[in-house]
Amino acid sequence: MSSRDKILAAVAQNKPEAMPLPHIAPFKEIGYTDVIGQYETVLTAIGGKVHRVNNWDEIKTIVKEKYNAQNVRVLSLVPELDDVATSAYEINPAAHHLADVELALIKAHFGVAENGSVWVTEELLGHRAVPFICQHLAAVITSSNLVDTMHRAYMRIGLETYGWGAFIAGPSKTADIEQSLVLGAHGPRSMTVFVLQD
Amino acid sequence: MRVGLFVPCYVDQFYPGAAIATLELLEKLGVEVVYPKNQTCCGQPMANSGFEHLTGGCNRLFIDNFSGFDYIVSPSGSCVLHIREHLHDDKRPEQAKEISHKVWELTSFLTDVLKVESLPARFPHKVGVHQSCHGQRGLHLSSMTELVAPSFSKPGSLLNMVKDLELIELERKDECCGFGGTFCVVEEAVSSKMGKDRVADHLKHGAEYITGADMSCLMHMEGILKRQGSKVKVLHIAEILNAE
Amino acid sequence: MEVGTKDHAELAEIFNKDEERVNWHDETLWWIRAKRDKSVHQLPEWEALREAASNVKFNVLSHLNTYLEQFEAAAKANGVIVHWAADAKEHNEIVHGLLKENKVTQMVKSKSMLTEECHLNEYLATHGIEVIDSDLGERIVQLAGEPPSHIVLPCIHKKKEEIGDLFHMYLGTPSNMADPQFLTETARGSLRETFLTRKVALTGVNFAIAETGEFVVCTNEGNADMGAHLADVHIACMGIEKLIPKREHLGIFLRLLTRSATGQPITTYSSHFGKPREGQQMHLVLVDNGRSVQLGRKDFRNSLKCIRCGACMNTCPVYRRSGGHSYHTAVAGPIGSILAPNLDMKKYADLPFASTLCGSCSNVCPVKIDIHDQLYKWRQVLVKEGYAPTGKKIAMQVMATTLASPTLYHAAGKMGRATIKYAPFAVNNKLNAWYKEREMPAPPKESFGEWYAKNKK
Repeated sequence: MSSRDKILAAVAQNKPEAMPLPHIAPFKEIGYTDVIGQYETVLTAIGGKVHRVNNWDEIKTIVKEKYNAQNVRVLSLVPELDDVATSAYEINPAAHHLADVELALIKAHFGVAENGSVWVTEELLGHRAVPFICQHLAAVITSSNLVDTMHRAYMRIGLETYGWGAFIAGPSKTADIEQSLVLGAHGPRSMTVFVLQD
Repeated sequence: MRVGLFVPCYVDQFYPGAAIATLELLEKLGVEVVYPKNQTCCGQPMANSGFEHLTGGCNRLFIDNFSGFDYIVSPSGSCVLHIREHLHDDKRPEQAKEISHKVWELTSFLTDVLKVESLPARFPHKVGVHQSCHGQRGLHLSSMTELVAPSFSKPGSLLNMVKDLELIELERKDECCGFGGTFCVVEEAVSSKMGKDRVADHLKHGAEYITGADMSCLMHMEGILKRQGSKVKVLHIAEILNAE
Repeated sequence: MEVGTKDHAELAEIFNKDEERVNWHDETLWWIRAKRDKSVHQLPEWEALREAASNVKFNVLSHLNTYLEQFEAAAKANGVIVHWAADAKEHNEIVHGLLKENKVTQMVKSKSMLTEECHLNEYLATHGIEVIDSDLGERIVQLAGEPPSHIVLPCIHKKKEEIGDLFHMYLGTPSNMADPQFLTETARGSLRETFLTRKVALTGVNFAIAETGEFVVCTNEGNADMGAHLADVHIACMGIEKLIPKREHLGIFLRLLTRSATGQPITTYSSHFGKPREGQQMHLVLVDNGRSVQLGRKDFRNSLKCIRCGACMNTCPVYRRSGGHSYHTAVAGPIGSILAPNLDMKKYADLPFASTLCGSCSNVCPVKIDIHDQLYKWRQVLVKEGYAPTGKKIAMQVMATTLASPTLYHAAGKMGRATIKYAPFAVNNKLNAWYKEREMPAPPKESFGEWYAKNKK
C-alpha cells in the first residue's frame, strides 16, 4: 500500500462524524464609510505610502522627482508610465537580470481597505519575482478598485484562475532582532501605492 | 432559601477567616446557611495532577454532603469550577449533575442570585483585585482581556459598593499568579517568578491589600509578600465585603 | 538539540537563573500580546470570525480524506507534482530524492515548522546537503546552532548583542555591532546572494485550498517568494491538516492569522501558488507524521485546527518565563504541549504539566482550540498510561485516601496545621519547593470546621 493510500485510509478511519461547512455570508456586510481614507491610514501605519492622484502625469512627476535624477534602473510594467522608466519589461523565464532594479512600477487589480494590501497576479508583473527583487515597489490602483475587507476581496477574485497571485501590503519587513522593525528585509525597502482617481 | 456552605479544604485548614466571613456575609443578607461537617475536598488537587480517576471518594463525599440544598456556595472559583465541570458518580449520575448545577462561587451568587445592590461594608484602603483564572476564564466572573466583548466584573461591582475603598489599576489586569495547584512545586521556578511579577504589579500601583475570589492565588501571593517582608496583606473578598 | 534528558521544569529553572533576562523575554512577548489585543479590538466581528474559522476547520477535519483527494487532483491538474509522506523519515527522503534528481547540494529554505518537526536540516546535512534558512530569525538561530524557540519569532530569546556577535563571527560585521538596522542589512546582502544562486527552494505552506489546488504562503520578509521565484525547483511541504475547503475561506483565515500572531492586519506577502512558472518544477509534499493518529483521538483532534500563529505562546505566562527551548520540541508553548505527546508520550510527558491551566491560550486562539482543557485531559491520559513519577503516584494515592474520609481528613488537618504536611500544594516529594521563594501560610489556631462546631451548632 502506498503512503498516499495509507494516509487516506487512516484519515478516513479516524475522522470525526461529518460537520457542516458554516455559512460565511454575514461577513460580507462589514464595511467602511471612507474606504480610501481607511486604506491610506492602514497602509501608512504598516510602513507603506499612499499618493492620491488625478492622472498619470501626476504619477510621472512624483516618480521623476524621486528616481530620474539618480542614475538607477526603473522598470515599468505599466504602459502609461513607460516614459519614466529606464526599461520596459522584456520576457525572460529567469529573473536574475532584474537584481539591479531600483524601482518597479506595476498595476494592481485592487486594494483592500482593512489591511492596506493590493492584489496582483503574475500577468501584471512580467515575472513573479518583480515585486520582490526590486529595491522599491510602486503599484497603481484606481480609486473605484478598493474593497473593504478580505471577504470582499475573495468575492471579487471568485474562482478566476491564475498561476500565481499575492496580496502585498507594504514594504518587505522584519522585526526578528529584538522586535525592532526594519523595512527592507529581502524585498522592497519601500512600497508606494498610487490611488488614481477614476 | 437554604444554602450549603462549601468550604475548600485549604480554606478550612489555613484560612478559616475567609470561610467565617462568607458565612456571616450570607447570613447578613438573609440566607439560611448550613455547613455540612463531613465535607473535605472537591478533588481538584488530584484531578489537575492527572489523577482524576482517584477522585471517586471525594465525589461521593461531596454528593453525600451537599444533596438537598437550594444552592451550594463557596468562596473559591477554582473549586466551584472543578465541581461544575468534573463532579460525577457512576451510581448517582443524576444527583451529581443536579449538584454540579447548583454550585455557585460566592461573588457571582451575590450578584446573579441574590442580586445584591448595596452592602453595609466599609474598608478605607487601596485594594488591588487579583482575577483568579478559574473564576474569571472558567466561571466568567469578569470579562477577559483576550476577548472582544463588553467589559464587566462581578467582584469589582461588589467592591465598588464598599465605602471608602479605592480600587487600584493594574498593568496586566488578568495575568495568572502562577499557583496552579501542584504546578507551584513541580514548576517551582516559573511559579515563583509568576507570583513575584503579579505581586510587583500590585505593589507598583500602591495596593495596601490584594484581594480576590480565590484564596489559593492569594495564599501564593501572600507567600511571596511575606518572603519579601512586605506590609501588604492579602484578604479574601468575603472579608472585605463583610468588613465594618 | 542540546536539552538532552532534562524536562520542562529543569530547563525552566535554568532559564530563570537570569532574572533580568526572564523579565526582558516576558516583556517582549507581552508587548506582542498587547499589539494583538489592540489589533483585534478594532474588529467588532472578531469573535464571530474565530467561531467561523473554528467551524470551517471542524468541517475540514470531518472530511479530510475527501478534501485531500480533491486537493491532490486539482493541484495535479495545475501542473504541481504531489508527494505523500507517512512520517518524518519519508518526508526527508522525498526532499533529499528531489535534490539528488536535480543534482544539487545546496538549497534555500523559508520558514516551515513542519521541516523543523521532521528535523530536515539535520537529515540533509548528514547527506552532504547545505540548507540555508532565509527567514532572518531562522538564519540567526541556524548560525547559533539552535532550533527556533518560537514558531513565528524564531530568535525571540536572543539579544541583539548576541546576534551581533554571531554576525561578526559568520558574516564579517564589525565587532560589538548590534544595531538591528545594520545587522538586517548585512543579512539582506548575504541572503540575496543565496537567493540568486540556489536552484532549489523549499517553502512551508500556511493554507492549501481543496477547491483550487493552490497553496498560500505568508511572510513579512518576502523570503519565501524570493526563494521560489528565483529557483528552478520549488518544493513546498505541508502537514495534511493545512487544508481549507474553498478559496473564499482564506478571507476568514488571513484576517485572523497575522492579527493573532503580531497584531498586523495581514502579512506583507500572502502568496497564492497555483501553477509552476514556465519551465519550473513545483513539488508539494503532504505529510502525515502522526496527524492521522491525532485525528482519531477524540479529545485531542481539534488541536489539528492550529494555523500556527503563535498567539498562545505570546500570551502564556509560563512560556514567557521559561523560553521556547524549555519545551524541547519543535512547536513550543501551549499548542506544542498538546501536539507533542501524540508523537511520543514518554518523551513529552512533562509538557501538559508545564501550565497553570489559566486558559488564556484558549481565549487568544483564532480557531478556538480548547488548549487548556486538552492540557488537563492529556494529564489524565499520561497518568493512566503510566508516565507519572512513582513518588507522585504514591502521594496522590495517600491524598485521595485522606480526602475521601472525613475522619482521616480532620486528623490529618490537625496534624497538618502543625507540620503543613498535607497541604495540597505540598504533596510532592519536592516538599521544599514552596519554601524556596515563598513563606508558608501561618497555621491558624483552629480550622473553620472546629470554629463552626464551637460557635454555630
